[in-house]
Amino acid sequence: MAGGKRGGCPDAAGGVTIWVGGVPLREAVTTQAGVPIFINNEWHDAVSKKTFPTINPATGEVICQVAEGDKADVDKAVKAARAAFQLGSPWRRMDASHRGKLLNRLADLIERDRAYLAALETLDNGKPYSVSYLVDLDMVVKCLRYFAGWADKFHGKTIPLDGDFFCYTRHEPVGVCGQIIPWNFPLLMQAWKLGPALATGNVVVMKVAEQTPLSALYIANLIKEAGFPPGVVNIIPGYGPTAGAAISSHMDVDKVAFTGSTEVGHLIQKAAAESNLKRVTLELGGKSPNIIMSDADMDWAVDQAHFALFFNQGQCCCAGSRTYVQEDIYHEFVERSVEKAKSRVVGNPFDSKTEQGPQVDEEQYKKILGYISAGKREGAKLLCGGSPAADRGYFIQPTVFGEVQDNMTIAREEIFGPVMQILKFKTIEEVIERANDSKYGLAAAVFTKDLDKANYVSQALRAGTVWVNCYDVFGAQAPFGGYKASGNGRELGEYGLEAYVEVKNVTIKIPQKNS
Amino acid sequence: MKKQGSDSNPVPVLPVLPEPLKDLKIKYTKIFINNEWHNSVSGKKFEVFNPANEEKICEIEEGDKADVDKAVKAARRAFELGSPWRTMDASERGRLLNKLADLVERDRLILATMEAIDGGKLFSTAYLMDLGACIKTLRYCAGWADKIHGRTVPMDGNFFTFTRHEPIGVCGQIIPWNFPLVMFIWKIAPALYMGSLIKEAGFPPGVVNIVPGFGPTAGAAISHHMDIDKVAFTGSTEVGKLIKEAAGKSNLKRVTLELGGKSPNIIFADADLDTAVEFAHIGLFYHQGQCCIAGSRIFVEEPIYDEFVRRSIERAKKYTLGDPLLPGVQQGPQRKTEICLAYVVFPGELGGEGERLASSSKTSVICFSQTTKIDKEQFQKILELIESGKKDGAKLECGGGPWGDKGYFIQPTVFSNVTDDMRIAKEEIFGPVQQIMKFKTVDEVIKRANNTSYGLAAAVFTKDIDKALTFAAALQAGTVWGEYGLHEYTEVKTVTIKIPQKNS
Repeated sequence: MAGGKRGGCPDAAGGVTIWVGGVPLREAVTTQAGVPIFINNEWHDAVSKKTFPTINPATGEVICQVAEGDKADVDKAVKAARAAFQLGSPWRRMDASHRGKLLNRLADLIERDRAYLAALETLDNGKPYSVSYLVDLDMVVKCLRYFAGWADKFHGKTIPLDGDFFCYTRHEPVGVCGQIIPWNFPLLMQAWKLGPALATGNVVVMKVAEQTPLSALYIANLIKEAGFPPGVVNIIPGYGPTAGAAISSHMDVDKVAFTGSTEVGHLIQKAAAESNLKRVTLELGGKSPNIIMSDADMDWAVDQAHFALFFNQGQCCCAGSRTYVQEDIYHEFVERSVEKAKSRVVGNPFDSKTEQGPQVDEEQYKKILGYISAGKREGAKLLCGGSPAADRGYFIQPTVFGEVQDNMTIAREEIFGPVMQILKFKTIEEVIERANDSKYGLAAAVFTKDLDKANYVSQALRAGTVWVNCYDVFGAQAPFGGYKASGNGRELGEYGLEAYVEVKNVTIKIPQKNS
Repeated sequence: MKKQGSDSNPVPVLPVLPEPLKDLKIKYTKIFINNEWHNSVSGKKFEVFNPANEEKICEIEEGDKADVDKAVKAARRAFELGSPWRTMDASERGRLLNKLADLVERDRLILATMEAIDGGKLFSTAYLMDLGACIKTLRYCAGWADKIHGRTVPMDGNFFTFTRHEPIGVCGQIIPWNFPLVMFIWKIAPALYMGSLIKEAGFPPGVVNIVPGFGPTAGAAISHHMDIDKVAFTGSTEVGKLIKEAAGKSNLKRVTLELGGKSPNIIFADADLDTAVEFAHIGLFYHQGQCCIAGSRIFVEEPIYDEFVRRSIERAKKYTLGDPLLPGVQQGPQRKTEICLAYVVFPGELGGEGERLASSSKTSVICFSQTTKIDKEQFQKILELIESGKKDGAKLECGGGPWGDKGYFIQPTVFSNVTDDMRIAKEEIFGPVQQIMKFKTVDEVIKRANNTSYGLAAAVFTKDIDKALTFAAALQAGTVWGEYGLHEYTEVKTVTIKIPQKNS
């Protein structure tokens, strides 16, 4: 757990012990000052001394207190980051290959502490431990190693300019990068942000989600242990309207990267424009269409459509939340999907049999139940689920709606919960039009055996990722991002580096140009 | 210039130098095929000697055509569609290369000691420079493994077009005494030791196979083989021609060659004289002058010529020769070796071992050639060229003959008043013999520098930005240095310029 005392050593005094399967893990910080803020490789209380609780969504109980960062703490962090980014600083002078080495070392340390991190993630977020350990942590390590490899390979160019000039470009780091990350994949979203930013030589002020600050703050320990110079990474727990807003409107932050709701995305972009025109990248919401053609492999399509919606308790920006099924196979598909949803095991996320844990907090829980009511009210057919799944914690039954129409609330708005919408379509042209008829454009999928259909549909869909005969396939190598209100910019892959560099053109007069 | 920020470089530049291992036993002396150790098909072995004292180190299995055939069969099988290697995630290939780098780091002392014993390389250089470069290059290439991108292409017509960057297939790699630039000098012993590390890292059987043997037998078997898709050779220009011919005669296999050089090092009067003298010295004398990129024609601008020569002689005279294992020794014995400066990275086609292991997926058959006879041959060739220098009228300023009564040592030798038509100005010496010439104008020195059949590297020392950039374009060489720095070795020209302080 993040160190309580200044200096970063874990302290047993008055701490909260975290148990996993009957075995105690490292002890947490004192409940008095709360898990502190990480600035300059040191631990700081909030300037205001305020703290806020972080909750275990499986029980509704407080895990511990966390320092509540606000504008004053953001100011401190930005100052520290700016100092670390000075011309001539250790970070600026460091060999690019060494930046890669530090990222690899961080990945090594995460591998070392994998079990602990997975447990912390499950405790704070509610996702099943088996998934935290096997999926989230695996992808975190791979992402960091991938970007470690890029550190010394993102080349500028020499350019044959007209005239007697020698012209080349440098890919310089953007500078102080504000990064605001969400709660649905706390560690993974942190890795997606840190990887490209640090590989390209930037410095970071990161605000972690108030719902899930713990795992990211533990990583701060490892960042220091890996050898990143002080000030290169600073991590602030706190709320959006205070700490988040302070970052997006800060006059000395060069770029902000935000992952979260479209609603807040608007605010971030506005604040950037109104302050210092900082560069903005956004990964926002989605209402991704999953199109099942009648010639699809039925078993596989049902399985994948289920996974596309219910994975991570339905809390995926790219969840396949509009399942369009061609009319010939509609009834059978619906029947099988309901059967599958009914058999989904909801329970204690530390139980290895559990497939679905709680929703992340009470706010989300209430919102989802609200959407379920809207669905019923507007005439969708509730086929299973529809209610809370337990008396304690924020568990919701896997829910399936059939006979959904495009204009219903549940077909247009992002629910972010275990609620599946199945819609019927006739022709390929029709479904393409309906699929694209959304303010979102994050992801999409098509299931078909026909090569021509696959090619046609994947070209037609206005979405940043199109999956063919699969869903939620991610790799650090492949870019991810949204069309339209799902965001702008791409994360991961080589493309993911672009937002983190400024291209400087250097043009030098020479006596005589020769090719 | 005001230095901003902290002066401290957070990266430790070099590790602490340990003592070389005593009584190092050579464990691996057989042919490495399919992750196993094989005797030669013929039963023959050859001896390996320490060039510092001419003592026998051990015997190695001598590979010939039959062994090459076995290795190629194993490689071909490892490359089949559906094989573990072909179906492996690219990122996993990268992970294996990083694992190999970890193992080289673990066994750094063993490998460096082997280098010094087997190759005559200074232990300190082997440990700090060569092993350092080896590890860095492996890690560099590991990073590329899942980043080799093809493209999607907007074709005319109703088509979906994309490119895949597929591996070439079975690659024959013929390496002389060293691995070009990426790995440190791989002589037989260290190279075979690497076979064990490759197996330990987890590369599937058949992906890398190592066949020690002689050029005319094993090497020729590779360049003529009908089932090898590409051959990469590092060595002399003379043998390079044979390789290319053999490729043409057999199956038109792709060929890449890294051959010799007679690289010009141009010193202007406005250069920092101390720096220029020092780098010109290292540029020639590094590793006993056995570098393909040695700056073996030093052109000095007339006004500073005399002073430059004087300081170069002084510098050369400071050398201590001796057993490369001992600390304080600066020059070891001659060897039929070719080295290129450490720290070189091969992102492109001219790959060193690391790149060869890394890029896409390649299965390799590697071959070496070595005998003591050749060491003696090399030793005598250098002496012969020194004599020719004296005969052609160059001024012998210091050195000029053998050193000691055992081993193939040659005194650091400096010739001044060298003219372009002398043999020592035209032929690659590959020994500790420095040639210093005089020039007057920029146009003149460009012409003279380019007037050679070689074109490996070149350097220019000047403070004048216009001169520096003019030479960057004008010199016909693959790598042009402005003073000192890390270099990439690619097919296009790489220019590296020293700057006061690098910032990201």
